[in-house]
Amino acid sequence: MAQSLNYLKESASQTAGPYVHIGCTPNFAGITGVYEDDLGSGPMATEKTRGERITIRGFVYDGTGTALKDAVIEIWQADADGLYNSPSETRGAADPNFFGWARCPGDMATGEFVFETIKPGRVPFRDGRPMAPHVSFWIVARGINIGLNTRMYFSDEDAANAEDPILSRIEHRMRVPTLIGKREGDTVRFDIHLQGENETVFFDV
Amino acid sequence: MRNTPPETTPFFARDRAWHPPALTPGYKTSILRSPQRALISLEGTRSEITGPVFGHNILGEFDNDLIVNYAKPGEMAIGERILVHGRVLDERGRGVAGALVEFWQANAGGRYRHKKESYLAALDPNFGGFGRTITDEEGNYVFRTIRPGAYPWPNGVNDWRPAHIHFSVFGHGFAQRLITQMYFEGDPMIWICPIVKTIPDEDAVKGLIAALDMNNNIPHDMRAYKFDIVLRGRRSTLFENRKEGN
Ligand SMILES: [Fe+2]
Repeated sequence: MAQSLNYLKESASQTAGPYVHIGCTPNFAGITGVYEDDLGSGPMATEKTRGERITIRGFVYDGTGTALKDAVIEIWQADADGLYNSPSETRGAADPNFFGWARCPGDMATGEFVFETIKPGRVPFRDGRPMAPHVSFWIVARGINIGLNTRMYFSDEDAANAEDPILSRIEHRMRVPTLIGKREGDTVRFDIHLQGENETVFFDV
Repeated sequence: MRNTPPETTPFFARDRAWHPPALTPGYKTSILRSPQRALISLEGTRSEITGPVFGHNILGEFDNDLIVNYAKPGEMAIGERILVHGRVLDERGRGVAGALVEFWQANAGGRYRHKKESYLAALDPNFGGFGRTITDEEGNYVFRTIRPGAYPWPNGVNDWRPAHIHFSVFGHGFAQRLITQMYFEGDPMIWICPIVKTIPDEDAVKGLIAALDMNNNIPHDMRAYKFDIVLRGRRSTLFENRKEGN
């Protein structure tokens, strides 16, 4: 026997279920008058935010290729200089006009999610090498037992992507494009495939 | 807030054998929504160890009172009045201060206020079914609500959810993000629920069952249930395996 470590176990995850909108985006669900706005809704950049404006759009597809209409997607990203607006960010103060987190329910008719944001700067990996610009995604829905983590990188960052420490460790190279948002003008298209030939790479973060 | 410096170490690895796997055929919707390939391990970088922090300015006065937050002036939601309280902790047993906790639930009859809800139980005109709060410096939270009812759902032909409250919790890092459900002590429906049964470990299920906490009742008014939520812990020390010269 040895000393007890006395660690607790993380609370087990359970699906967000079909009514996640009631709790997370009640105004979107048509329940108004309790919260002024849905948390994390609306444009992420104000007039004062530094950085290049982009709009991220996409769908979450199930194993038949049908778009989910009940998913909630959250994103977390650095500011234009690669700094996070978080107490755990120790390298400097992030842009005070950029919160860096947002939440969007898929459209009830089409399933599409939309984030109006800025392109993030590069953030260092643990060993100091710069990671390519990326946005962290977290996806929950009915039928998803534990939230799914992935990242969106940018198709106009070939050189940075090629040296990114996370992308370069992916053994099956044909899967790397599932993590690349396609730049079309100011729009970045990023579709997430839960299953199938183009199953998105999900991370155990 | 306390003057403890923010923590910047990575989180403990998630115990994937403790959480439900992605594919759980007893819960039919998971079949087409479960990734089939292995997750790729990503030891916490700054993108995962940082996360948004919410201020009390987002909270309204009645956000943690589901009995009145949707009710007409002077009216109240119908049902068994309960107080749900507990702590948000991390795996080291430390309270998580300033954690945003969101919750949603069915009304006393088991009916959700949602367009896609088809259960014939009546809506309560005074019950919205959701709220939120932020933990104090020790990680404590509390809210007032009514005990939700059980409800049938389309999975098997005769599947019912036990009474439960959904929880969405933010810690201090995006990798701590968690959605889970709280069940009620003594409910025989818990152990036959296909969604509960997605959790492979019995002790992990017990960790989601709130205990009746008679000591914290409000006499002649409300019974209390205590529900602690554990988020991932952080490594205590930071020794980087950084290459020399970097
Ligand atoms: Fe539910």
